[in-house]
Amino acid sequence: MNRRMIFYTVGRIAIVEAALMLLPAVVSLIYLEKSGFSFLITAAIALVLGFLLTRFKPKDTSIYAKESFSIVAYAWLLMSLLGALPFVISGFVPSYIDAFFETVSGFTTTGASILTDVEALDKGLLFWRSFTHWIGGMGVLVLVTAVVSNIGDRSINILKAEMPGPTVGKLLPRSRDTAKVLYIIYIALTFIQIILLRVGGMPLYDSIVHTFGTAGTGGFGIKNNSIASYSPYLQWVITVFMLLFSINFNLYYLLLIRKFKTVFKSDELRFFLVMVLCCIAIVTVNIAPLYPSASEALRHSAFQVSSIVSTTGYATTDFDLWPGLSKSILMLLMVVGACAGSTGGGLKAARVVILLKSVGRELQKLLHPRSVKTVSTEGKKLDDTTLNGVNSYFSIYIICIVVIYILLSFEPFDMETNFSATLACFNNIGPGLGKVGPTTNYAAYSGFSKILLSFAMLLGRLEIFPLLLGLNPFIWKSKRNKAFKINKTNK
Amino acid sequence: MKIIVIGCGSTGKSLIENLVNEGHDVALIDKDPVFLDEAANAFDVLGVCGIGTDCEVLDEAGVSHADLVISVTGSDELNMLACYIAKTLGAKNTVARIRDREYNDKSLGFVQQQLQLSMAINPELSAAYSISKILKFPSAVNVDTFTSHKFEIVEIILKEGSPLIGTMILDLRKHSTANFLICAVMRNDSVIIPDGRFVFEDGDRIAVIASPAELNKISRVLGLLHRRTKDVMILGAGRIAYYLSRMLLASGSKVTVVDKNQVRCSSFSENVQGATVICGDGANQDMLLEEGLEQTDAFVSLTGHDENNILISYFASSQGVPKVVSKVNRPEFLPIASKLGIDTVISPIQIITDEIVRYVRALQNSLGSNVEKLYKIMDGMAEALEFNVSTDFKWLNTPLKDIRFKSNILIAGIIRNQKVIVPNGEDVITSGDKVIVIAAGHRLLDLSDIIA
Repeated sequence: MNRRMIFYTVGRIAIVEAALMLLPAVVSLIYLEKSGFSFLITAAIALVLGFLLTRFKPKDTSIYAKESFSIVAYAWLLMSLLGALPFVISGFVPSYIDAFFETVSGFTTTGASILTDVEALDKGLLFWRSFTHWIGGMGVLVLVTAVVSNIGDRSINILKAEMPGPTVGKLLPRSRDTAKVLYIIYIALTFIQIILLRVGGMPLYDSIVHTFGTAGTGGFGIKNNSIASYSPYLQWVITVFMLLFSINFNLYYLLLIRKFKTVFKSDELRFFLVMVLCCIAIVTVNIAPLYPSASEALRHSAFQVSSIVSTTGYATTDFDLWPGLSKSILMLLMVVGACAGSTGGGLKAARVVILLKSVGRELQKLLHPRSVKTVSTEGKKLDDTTLNGVNSYFSIYIICIVVIYILLSFEPFDMETNFSATLACFNNIGPGLGKVGPTTNYAAYSGFSKILLSFAMLLGRLEIFPLLLGLNPFIWKSKRNKAFKINKTNK
Repeated sequence: MKIIVIGCGSTGKSLIENLVNEGHDVALIDKDPVFLDEAANAFDVLGVCGIGTDCEVLDEAGVSHADLVISVTGSDELNMLACYIAKTLGAKNTVARIRDREYNDKSLGFVQQQLQLSMAINPELSAAYSISKILKFPSAVNVDTFTSHKFEIVEIILKEGSPLIGTMILDLRKHSTANFLICAVMRNDSVIIPDGRFVFEDGDRIAVIASPAELNKISRVLGLLHRRTKDVMILGAGRIAYYLSRMLLASGSKVTVVDKNQVRCSSFSENVQGATVICGDGANQDMLLEEGLEQTDAFVSLTGHDENNILISYFASSQGVPKVVSKVNRPEFLPIASKLGIDTVISPIQIITDEIVRYVRALQNSLGSNVEKLYKIMDGMAEALEFNVSTDFKWLNTPLKDIRFKSNILIAGIIRNQKVIVPNGEDVITSGDKVIVIAAGHRLLDLSDIIA
């Protein structure tokens, strides 16, 4: 275990966060809000902490899988702990646990809130809340990889630990260039959305904040009724962008380098789009009687389905009042989630595709015990390691849901509320059903449950293993001094 | 530069490590996902799973923009074909490893031309060539020749009884009028570039640079016995042994080759006229003694197993063989072998890696870097580089003692009008010179990089 490297990298993250905090401070300055100072104070704390941690530059910069899990786990914890401070210092969220919940919910792009009245908050704080979505969406370590020339030997392990999906495809030979390309696509899409929202007449501040919420597939809004008060055009724009941000970013790169065939042949994309379209159609028919016109039903249906499947969590209507069939479909979509390599959460469409295909193979094996069949997606044969990985991920995913749900059941709420809260937090969606539906929030939960749900959100965002293994004290063992150096070439 | 490496065996890995450290964008093609994954995790490279002769696979690795494609799979034919296809698909340069004797002896030039290969590398031939150089100067651990034989760098390990131990470098100059320079010292696994007040200790590995003629003069000062090896015993009748025996026999040495495989032995004796071929197990110490291990001047262990080579070499040096050379393929074993007291370790992988890195730097040369030639010395921990001095070098005509160099940098040689200068503080660099720089822990691309 290379402890120094972990401290060093986590320290760098603290410095990055300090820099990122300057943006909401500027927003506070523009609106002349006192809460701006809370950002400066937090940035100073983060900076001091960062400098202390990065004082000793490690000689040995190798990051193996173990180290990368720890780096990712501790970086995310530290980011959330620091990110919660402005809410407390400014006095808007008196309880630190509440502020922590809110920040974790932001960074993990969940969008679950404990705020009963969002509109009462300062503009700077609301900006920070949504900005955490944007940072957490693509991942802060990916950002550091893109900016810093070389985090360490084997830094691809970090990308693997932070980026969601069963396999991490590199676009370019260097991790740094790959991370850069991803961020460039991310930033470009963000700007396009801001412009389109502006064109529809949304104020600049609202456009930026909502775009952050959409880009990170987070779902923090600035209105108590989420997106409901905006025009149908704006709702459609957000619907389309929620879906765009939940598609594998590698595909955008392939589009850019004109490999259209590969994109259209993508099994995951096809599955995802077909699933979304079917769900929208079913829900539209199901909820049509509730709304005056078919077009409005279609709009609400498309918005809610996109919002849930992309794990964003915006709402244009209270879907808790919808019929059972529609609610069940939404619950199902919560589990499936977005595509791998996107900013969305959930189990990931790629895994569902692989799971379905391997189930198909098992069924065929039962009928023809001697049959040989390879499972392939995206035109490539899947080896047993990936298949096993997906299967065991699915098992541990279910186990996590069960454990969190049982622990949450101590709360005096009905089953629908607790179960949907578990799913909504663990899959990074935000609003659930019942008492945690789109028009209500998580304020009623006890402190213990808020911490539990915060961990659920982190588990979901980091895809379980980094958090589970990275925080495990048994891997925290220091390195011995070596008898002699491994012969390495000059750098 | 954008480089594609096909084949991810031990050579491929060593290449990738070096090329990534040199700052190139490397894509890797291998058909085994396990190897590929391992390499992609360890180094910052793009892995593509497939066969190097598959157009689609090459395309995915970005062949049309590649500056260089290097094919080092286990099969010569695959290497050749992959390079040919890559060239056709737009790769600028191609390098193939071609190791079969049949290609190398007769038709290599033809093959290279027909396939438009920029370079064909043969690790065994290169290794044999290095060994033969070392055997010509047996007291040295390693010998490198520079700038068309104008300079030689000789690496020696100071053993107990050497007159150098306890001497300061400044005093050494007083003993001899010969022109030479101690350009690097390896002590406790780290390489330093010594100054005049450096004092030698037992176990130091030193690198001396001088012109070949001077080198003979100073051998006595350095405590070297300059004696040619006349009788060499080689263990393992493989490809290196084949090339090496032919070189040694041509220079008049007596060669005994030992191998335990009857078929290999007979084909070896068929191909190499004049060598004594013994069919027997090299691990059998009695047999080695019976065949005259104690009388040979040098023992070269070239079997396919690193472990055997190291252990049998250890036995040979314990029997008092003056020069023992051992082939070690896995780079991880190099420090262990030298810990065991085996001075001279030859690693074909490292040799061809160096060769390719040198070639890549030369390619870069045409793209902006000014390195003419590059040699790795001291087990790859230091580099000797040759630069052409252009007019825009800022410190032209300044005495070397007035130039502030970075630490661990040394100007080890200047070539002016075909004349060799081993410089001291008063010498100057003028434009049109060729300069040899020794650097430890730096990556130099231009001569101005040596200035602090």
